[in-house]
Amino acid sequence: MKKFDTKVQALKYKVLREAARIAWNGDPEREMLNIPERIIPGKEPTMRCCVYKERAIIAERVKLAAGGSATNPNVIEVIGIACDECPMGGYEVTAACRGCIAHRCEDVCRRGAIMIDADHVAHIDKTKCVECGMCAKVCPYGAILDFTRPCERACKIHAISIGNDSVARIDNDKCIACGACVYQCPWGAIMDKSYILDVIGLLKNAADPARKVYAVVAPSISSQFIYAKLGQVVTGLKRIGFHTVVEAALGADMVALAESKELAEKGLLLSSCCPAFVSYVHKQFPSLVQYISHNLSPAAAISRYIKSVDPSAKTVFIGPCTAKKAEYRDTPAAEYVDAALTFEELQALFDSRDVDIASLEEGVLDNASYYGRIFARSGGLTDAIAQGLKENGITDFELKALRCDGIEEFRAALTRLSRNALNANFEVNFVEGMACVGGCIGGAGCLTHGVKNKLEVDKYGREALEKTIGDAVKALVQK
Amino acid sequence: MMKVSICIGSSCHIKGSRHIVEDLQYLVSEYSLQDLVELSGTFCMGKCQQGVCITVDGVLHSVSPENVNAFFGKEILAKVS
Repeated sequence: MKKFDTKVQALKYKVLREAARIAWNGDPEREMLNIPERIIPGKEPTMRCCVYKERAIIAERVKLAAGGSATNPNVIEVIGIACDECPMGGYEVTAACRGCIAHRCEDVCRRGAIMIDADHVAHIDKTKCVECGMCAKVCPYGAILDFTRPCERACKIHAISIGNDSVARIDNDKCIACGACVYQCPWGAIMDKSYILDVIGLLKNAADPARKVYAVVAPSISSQFIYAKLGQVVTGLKRIGFHTVVEAALGADMVALAESKELAEKGLLLSSCCPAFVSYVHKQFPSLVQYISHNLSPAAAISRYIKSVDPSAKTVFIGPCTAKKAEYRDTPAAEYVDAALTFEELQALFDSRDVDIASLEEGVLDNASYYGRIFARSGGLTDAIAQGLKENGITDFELKALRCDGIEEFRAALTRLSRNALNANFEVNFVEGMACVGGCIGGAGCLTHGVKNKLEVDKYGREALEKTIGDAVKALVQK
Repeated sequence: MMKVSICIGSSCHIKGSRHIVEDLQYLVSEYSLQDLVELSGTFCMGKCQQGVCITVDGVLHSVSPENVNAFFGKEILAKVS
């Protein structure tokens, strides 16, 4: 069964797997240099102009697999030589323009950017065009196409531009590490730094009872590894050295109870679960930072609990998210979570140990409630906050939640909120911000993105033993 | 201080460790043992077959929601008072 959505993911995975194999068994300093030739053998190129360029790009991927550039603070990096320097024309009239006489394109353009030549063929005046795309929509021949680069189009915060050398550039002051460009670049020229070798370092010592490593898995895992059962993934994690597997969703239960209380106290709250959303508020709407929930994100909350009962524990978050890598490196939550891996990286980690999870017996994973588990999809957090208010017995507070599914929705919400904040006339008192469309199941670090993923998450939620948030959290004995 | 650690990992959770946690918390407070008994949670003791696993000062016991009262009387109450 297909393990990845795209061949770019598969290529990235191969590099991670080879790097991981060497980290387990070999001499990384020397053997890492052999990876490019191992992945690109022979003399015939299969992807680029020559095998030498292909190998050079693999060598760059190896660097990223080993943690990436030490001087670039962003967890998302452009691999310059892998960027195909796609044309960057924006909207262009193609040869499909038949020079018709209706000229809907000309009529619809409010900027007067469409010129019609003597043969009735349309041309776009780039000095006037604002890339609204209306001309492309109305052309009955579909003759006007958008040549915006996929990376630029994917980046909804406009952090990607084209450098003087035609290579994509990321503005680190704007980037929130959501990873959309990583997933969308058809050349795999943008990659997230990997901490897989750090995790292997932890796992190599994990047999020592004083250095146990806990896997904290995101609830979106229920829609991943579809070629196996979730219980087999759990067994696989233990097989590669994790002491045990704990649901980040149990942390989500803790957050839902605390955050609903916080909301009722403060009267206006922005969610703190999605690190890309939190980063966006900090970077673009500093006046709203005061409204971000003071609760830790779910994985950090449960990791803090794990470390409170086992102070020598190491915790590794495994999820769909590239922004989590920044959260657990650059924010106070780094104290609780030692490293973050994506599902892509977990697949590489399994295969680096030749652990075929589909052949393993099924373990169990059951800590959280339905509500903690549905945090993985858009709207789940809002449902959990509503339930949290109910379970806390808060009846005199009316939840007016705004569920923002993706960056464009939360940009609009925050813009409105920042204006309204001045006259304290809020029409909304809770903003659920999720950078990935669909919620975490749309994350860039997912193996696959399927239409049924939301259903899988909801099903996994319903399978939880605990039906209320409070019951799930009651299991957590507080000292 | 007697240290009682209850496994709240997935396997023990399914076997009812949350109920045991609640019962023991209730019993400890009912007998006013808060200063003598420290309850804590732990994720997996590696003996999932024997769950729900509870250690009392490091000694492993296998407990179920049905016999938690008897366990409390014999292993906790009798030994601290």
